Amino acid sequence: MSGARRQLVFEKIAHLVLALIAAIAVAPVIGIIIFLFIKGGPALTPEFLTSMPTNGMKAGGIFPAIVGTLYLVLGTIVFAVPVGTLAAVYLTEYATQGRLTRYIRLAIANMAGVPSVVYGLFGLGLFVLLLQMGTSLLAGSLTLGLLVLPVVITAAEEALLAVPQAFRQASLALGATRWQTIRRVVLPNAIPGIITGTVLAVGRAAGETAAIMFTVAAFFLPTLPDSPFSQAMALPYHLYTISTQVPGMPEEIKWGTALVLLLLVLSFTLTAAVVRARFRRKRRW
Amino acid sequence: MRTAQKIKEVLIGKLILACGVLSIAVVVLIFVFLLRDAFSLFDSYPLIDFITGRKWYPISEPPVFGILPLVLGSLLVTAIAILLAIPLGVGTAIYIAEVAPGWLKEILKPLMEIVAAIPSVVLAFIGLTLLAPYLQGLLDLNTGLTALTGGIMLAFMALPTIVSIAEDAINAVPRSYREGSLAMGATRWQTTQRVVVPAAMSGISASVMLGIGRAIGETMVVLMVTGNAAVMPTSVDSVLKPVRTLTGTIAQEMGEAVFNGPHYFALFAIGLVLFVITFAVNWIADLVLYRYREGE
Repeated sequence: MSGARRQLVFEKIAHLVLALIAAIAVAPVIGIIIFLFIKGGPALTPEFLTSMPTNGMKAGGIFPAIVGTLYLVLGTIVFAVPVGTLAAVYLTEYATQGRLTRYIRLAIANMAGVPSVVYGLFGLGLFVLLLQMGTSLLAGSLTLGLLVLPVVITAAEEALLAVPQAFRQASLALGATRWQTIRRVVLPNAIPGIITGTVLAVGRAAGETAAIMFTVAAFFLPTLPDSPFSQAMALPYHLYTISTQVPGMPEEIKWGTALVLLLLVLSFTLTAAVVRARFRRKRRW
Repeated sequence: MRTAQKIKEVLIGKLILACGVLSIAVVVLIFVFLLRDAFSLFDSYPLIDFITGRKWYPISEPPVFGILPLVLGSLLVTAIAILLAIPLGVGTAIYIAEVAPGWLKEILKPLMEIVAAIPSVVLAFIGLTLLAPYLQGLLDLNTGLTALTGGIMLAFMALPTIVSIAEDAINAVPRSYREGSLAMGATRWQTTQRVVVPAAMSGISASVMLGIGRAIGETMVVLMVTGNAAVMPTSVDSVLKPVRTLTGTIAQEMGEAVFNGPHYFALFAIGLVLFVITFAVNWIADLVLYRYREGE
């Protein structure tokens, strides 16, 4: 029986090694978050969040960058959520499972894989230059909207598929048209899933840098944007500039900015997780 | 049904179809845009020199646009990242799917989701302010901004992709396979190693492909921590020297390039190269995943 015993010892060692690997994989994220809180926490005063940067960004707050990011995120979801949801409606309610849907799915998978800097180039070429929107919130929002579209479509599709077929059949049997059924029966039941996707997309858009570098972001702009055609500062780009382009930048401001961006994005991720969990628990069918 | 309603129904159907095929249109449009501007470069600059040129001097007179050092820089950083990410990612996926008790899974999976959610610029900032000075001191380097620093950060970024897709693949292995193996007297580890992992191999390979795609396309991390020196990484010690990648070059130089000048077109041509690489990587991953879904 010593062979079997050796196998069991071997199994123990293997499991221990795997546990160690998993620990190495997740340890950095815990370390990073703790570090950001320790070094950035002291910078987080109400003035830091609500005042303009001064002295070449070396003092003052990050208010315009926060506002710029919020506007950008708003613009992104105004575009991406309706379009993404309708695309998911097409895939689940209208399309037959043929070659076209296969191509659409391949395109969505590839959109998710296109590097964000390439979206930045595309946004620059199409929105900023060809459509003459200039470097603006509008151009940046549309670029980010395309970038997050796969996230919205995937989440909405999953939500629509979870609505039981019987709901649709009952509605159609009562004489409702296909669109009436979708609008009054299918979509309302899929709302939590669509919200989850929206919030995830918001988190992605809020943290994205490369796609907004050439489409919207201003290096330093001590005024708030006043129209969709304004340039704007944005948190991720601000973090990039102050940590690489501005010599003599106080450490505290850099860490504080990084912490604000992290908290903003993680709050969206957490919201999405909570909505998803509640939705799963409350589902009545 | 009233005519007005019928018309509305048809129009809405068309709108929904349009949204459905939009993703195809976007992919095609991105490709066409990149191709158009890239070809504007190749009118005046030979394609062969662009691809095989060993020098990237975009603002010298005349400019030299050889992307070989950038391609090799991207490949080097990605190779380092993936060599680190495969054992860590696949190991973590196996641990979560096969070994970890339920409560630990509930901790590990959300932690991985947090890693996926952290903005790349925040990770780049961490790499720049913590990892780079640390490696510089540890390995006694001239600068901490090296291919290795970038590779480590990218490995971390590719982990969530690899873990989540590899874990799905392992979970998709039918229970009967495990039961059959255990019933024949194999230990849990023998079952994992000889039955479950081989059965999940196509999904695990796809997860690695997608991780590679993620690493090659990542911009902010490589822009901020690899040092951005456009030199040919030809020797082993290039790992510990600054390199420059395809994505980093676009991000670094687009702000200065003159609109519709050769430099501008050259950066779009780099975008085209990136698009083709990531498209190929994702397409292969999709084929592998599709086959394994079909196989179920």
